[in-house]
Amino acid sequence: MYETTYHRPKSLAEAASLFSSSGDATYISGGHTLLPTLKARLAQPANLIDLRHVPELKGLQVTGDTVTIGAATTHREVAMSADVKKAIPTLAALAGSIGDPAVRHLGTMGGSVANNDPAADYPAAVLALAATVSTNKRQIAADQYFTGLYSTSLEEGEILTKVAFKAPAQSGYAKFRNPASHYPMAGVFVAKHKDGSVRVAVTGAGNNGVFRWKAAEEALAKNFSADALKGLTVDKAGMMGDIHGSAEYRANLVAVMARRAMENLGKLTM
Amino acid sequence: MGVEGIGARVARKEDKRFITGKGRYTDDMKVPGMHYAAFARSPHAHARIRSIDTSAAKAMPGVDGVLTGTELAADGIGNLICGWMIKSKDGTPMKMGAFPALARETVRFVGQPYAVVVAATQAQARDAAEAIVVDWEELPAVIDLNYAIKKGTLQLHPEAENNVIYDWELGDSKAADVAFAKAAHVTKLDLVNNRLVPNAMEPRAALGVYDTGDENYTLWTTSQNPHVARLVISAFYNVAPENKLRVIAPDVGGGFGSKIFIYPEEIVCLWASKKTGVPVKWVADRTEAFLTDAHGRDHITHAEMAFDADNKMLGLKVDTIANFGAYMSLFSSSVPTYLYATLLSGQYVIPAIHANVRAVYTNTSPVDAYRGAGRPEATFVMERLVETAARELGVSPAELRRKNFVRTFPYQTPVIMTYDAGDYEASLNAAMQAADYAGFGQRKLEAEKRGKLRGIGMSCYIEACGIAPSAAVGSLGAGVGLWESAEVRVNPIGTVEVLTGSHSHGQSHETTFAQLVSQRLGLPIENISIVHGDTDKVQFGMGTYGSRSGAVGMSAIFKALDKVEAKAKKIAAHLMEASEGDIEISNGEVRVAGTDKKLPWVSVALGAYTGHNLPAGMEPGLKEGAFYDPTNFTFPAGCYICEVEIDPQTGHTEIVQFVAADDFGKLINPMVVEGQVHGGIAQGVGQALMEACHYDTETGQLITASYNDYTMPRADDLPSFKVSTTETICPGNPLGMKGCGEAGAIGSPPAVINAITDALGDNSITMPATAEKVWRLAQKATMRQAAE
Repeated sequence: MYETTYHRPKSLAEAASLFSSSGDATYISGGHTLLPTLKARLAQPANLIDLRHVPELKGLQVTGDTVTIGAATTHREVAMSADVKKAIPTLAALAGSIGDPAVRHLGTMGGSVANNDPAADYPAAVLALAATVSTNKRQIAADQYFTGLYSTSLEEGEILTKVAFKAPAQSGYAKFRNPASHYPMAGVFVAKHKDGSVRVAVTGAGNNGVFRWKAAEEALAKNFSADALKGLTVDKAGMMGDIHGSAEYRANLVAVMARRAMENLGKLTM
Repeated sequence: MGVEGIGARVARKEDKRFITGKGRYTDDMKVPGMHYAAFARSPHAHARIRSIDTSAAKAMPGVDGVLTGTELAADGIGNLICGWMIKSKDGTPMKMGAFPALARETVRFVGQPYAVVVAATQAQARDAAEAIVVDWEELPAVIDLNYAIKKGTLQLHPEAENNVIYDWELGDSKAADVAFAKAAHVTKLDLVNNRLVPNAMEPRAALGVYDTGDENYTLWTTSQNPHVARLVISAFYNVAPENKLRVIAPDVGGGFGSKIFIYPEEIVCLWASKKTGVPVKWVADRTEAFLTDAHGRDHITHAEMAFDADNKMLGLKVDTIANFGAYMSLFSSSVPTYLYATLLSGQYVIPAIHANVRAVYTNTSPVDAYRGAGRPEATFVMERLVETAARELGVSPAELRRKNFVRTFPYQTPVIMTYDAGDYEASLNAAMQAADYAGFGQRKLEAEKRGKLRGIGMSCYIEACGIAPSAAVGSLGAGVGLWESAEVRVNPIGTVEVLTGSHSHGQSHETTFAQLVSQRLGLPIENISIVHGDTDKVQFGMGTYGSRSGAVGMSAIFKALDKVEAKAKKIAAHLMEASEGDIEISNGEVRVAGTDKKLPWVSVALGAYTGHNLPAGMEPGLKEGAFYDPTNFTFPAGCYICEVEIDPQTGHTEIVQFVAADDFGKLINPMVVEGQVHGGIAQGVGQALMEACHYDTETGQLITASYNDYTMPRADDLPSFKVSTTETICPGNPLGMKGCGEAGAIGSPPAVINAITDALGDNSITMPATAEKVWRLAQKATMRQAAE
């Protein structure tokens, strides 16, 4: 690791002003991607601004059909929340399946969604649950938020503050984990919303990050059952390939995980 | 058996400090004025160094010095050696290329060090290492093993034509040809034994201290054999004379073979301490561990086994190419030869065997011994062949093995080894019973109903431990003897210290060695301390590897205890006016048999040291040493059965049952033995299912250089193992022990692969059997079934 200065701002305003005044700064909120990068000397920000202790970013609440999670809320807090478990059990289960206990106690929802690792779990939930991403400047609809690998519509210095997830009528999440990292190689989140619309979001597999599988959405909108997915496949041309699995294999996993999510609604399957 | 003696499940004495964070590892060592080393490492798999400019690095804050291969050579620091001479079948010695501790002209693998920076802090040392400027001339990388030996491929070392280090054979090729000519059936297989990264929990580290006052050197290092390190550093690397060099291997967090070898960093830290005038510490980060710890395995093999019409084995032919990486590591040459081909008779009577082995250079990390070292590779060849043959011949795998087992001992194989004792059918029967082998068909049907493919596979391994006797290994090319030494010191108030040349880095010696003393002297184990890992304390020793510390290390203690006991009895007989032959030692007391005369043990110990009343002419003191050189290898053997369920839609393989029935001879502590077997199986399952070492074949970059990509087995990848032991006593050492440290890693990979190929009905899968590979074959199997 190169020398860096660690900051722990006590308010959102302080965090934003630290960022703009310090010139070379990076936000950190859990650091499960950033810290290994720093340790390997692959990045050298002069300043690290830790968002995990900013009070405005903490906490979660359920009002009506909306589950709002503060950016600095840990995966463990989401996984253990009785309110989240009741409103969107699949979301609590997803949070409880990220990494291992040490990761879940440190890693935050906001860190994951802002980083947009193509193999992270949360982006699938954000897309499938038609979430609204709030920042210190504006609100962004999920469909406009993710823009590619590790890329989002967040602007330089903009801070993700909270995400409001829509509680669906039914949902399921199935993933097949990378054997080494335990990130999903294919994770499929299916949700039938209360207005009858269906969203299917795929993480871990696409070569441009998380995406909505429109063909599956259309099929499930007509018939919300696993059978509706029979014979449906994603094009392997849009899939990632690496030493753990070719694009063709990932395309197969997407189809299998979508089916398993539908066969196990209300919970996590892996 | 006493409560703490031989055979007792005593809890490990060393665990208190390990689990409370009180272990003292090399990185915990701090000496006044200590500074830090950072190594500049090659970013290229193959390149010439046109020039190195260290001026900017030398000017960086905190820097004590920047040293390159030029200074190293100027000081006469020797190139790294390989300690086992192998001769090719044409009689020529192995073709070893120069391996300097810091590369001077050419780098041959990513991560090879070419310079070192010593600075006040670790960060300063790293910053300065990055400021070293090298003018590289990149050269093509030779990665693929078959490509490396092709005529016309770029030659990596001037000494090794076609990149072949040796072309060696064992056995009788004419006899094998004759056997194959009369075969009723021949089973043929092409096998890959995948390259593994050792992944000890504690990365390698070194702290070199040069004392200008006495001109003494001290090296703290993560070593499995500190005395061998001192010997090699003194005799070959010219860093320090033996009497001026102290090597200390304190607590060491796992080795698995990778800490046997003397690495460039240890030599350089010691030398750099003198050059810079400060104590120099280096601790590998995990990336350095992936790139520079000697890797394991990496063979490709073609093998054929011939059977007669009665399914009796007639002959075996094995042709292996072994990847040595860019340089020959310390014991690399012995691994695919005398630790591999000598085990190719397996548990079977095979009249004619021939093995040919070519060792080859590539632009990859050096490869050397890793848990099992040669024996897992041999077992994989044998047990994949036998299981495949059973399927081809339409007989049960157990019956084919039973028909061919060695049943009379001693048994001379056609490949050097003389098996001394064993009962292979006993292990087979025990394992089959524990696995409910007969009920497998039912379980397979039940799994089919759940959409799962279930398979069962077996592996009957034999291995050779306690490599010895010294004269025999010497005649085969070893540069060292493979005996062990011990000293037993009884203190004046009766407590005991055992100084051993073995080194514990996870093997529980502090407990098991104490159990032996407890058994012999009737003392509680807390009164017995085990001293190891320091060349200034322990007389000499060969260290711990090859599952040798029980059979060889404890035998030396046993011999020293004989002498202590004999002297103690003489003293006791004198004090109690009895005959020496009537003295018994038990429960902390010394008694005259058949009488009520007795003395506490402490009286004898104290008597020995006061010297007030000793037999005429006896020297005071109660301290004896012994060297033990075994008469033969030991031959642990056993049967492993693995049962898997495959999800055909994803290719995920779940190990639903794993049974091990091992014959390790006499056990000192069954709980410790089980722990060794568990760990070994986890590593074997890792090799079979997960651990893949990927190099980019164009650039030679190690793709799997972190845990994000290199798959280690986790607890939830493994079932709860069913382990048991059978026992035939090893006649080659006084305790009847065979060794248990490597068996799990040796026996398990073929059992797993045999189970997967059984489930898939397809024999073509290579290790590691990753989910995608399994999925592709499962698709084929499903299509085959649909067609039927």
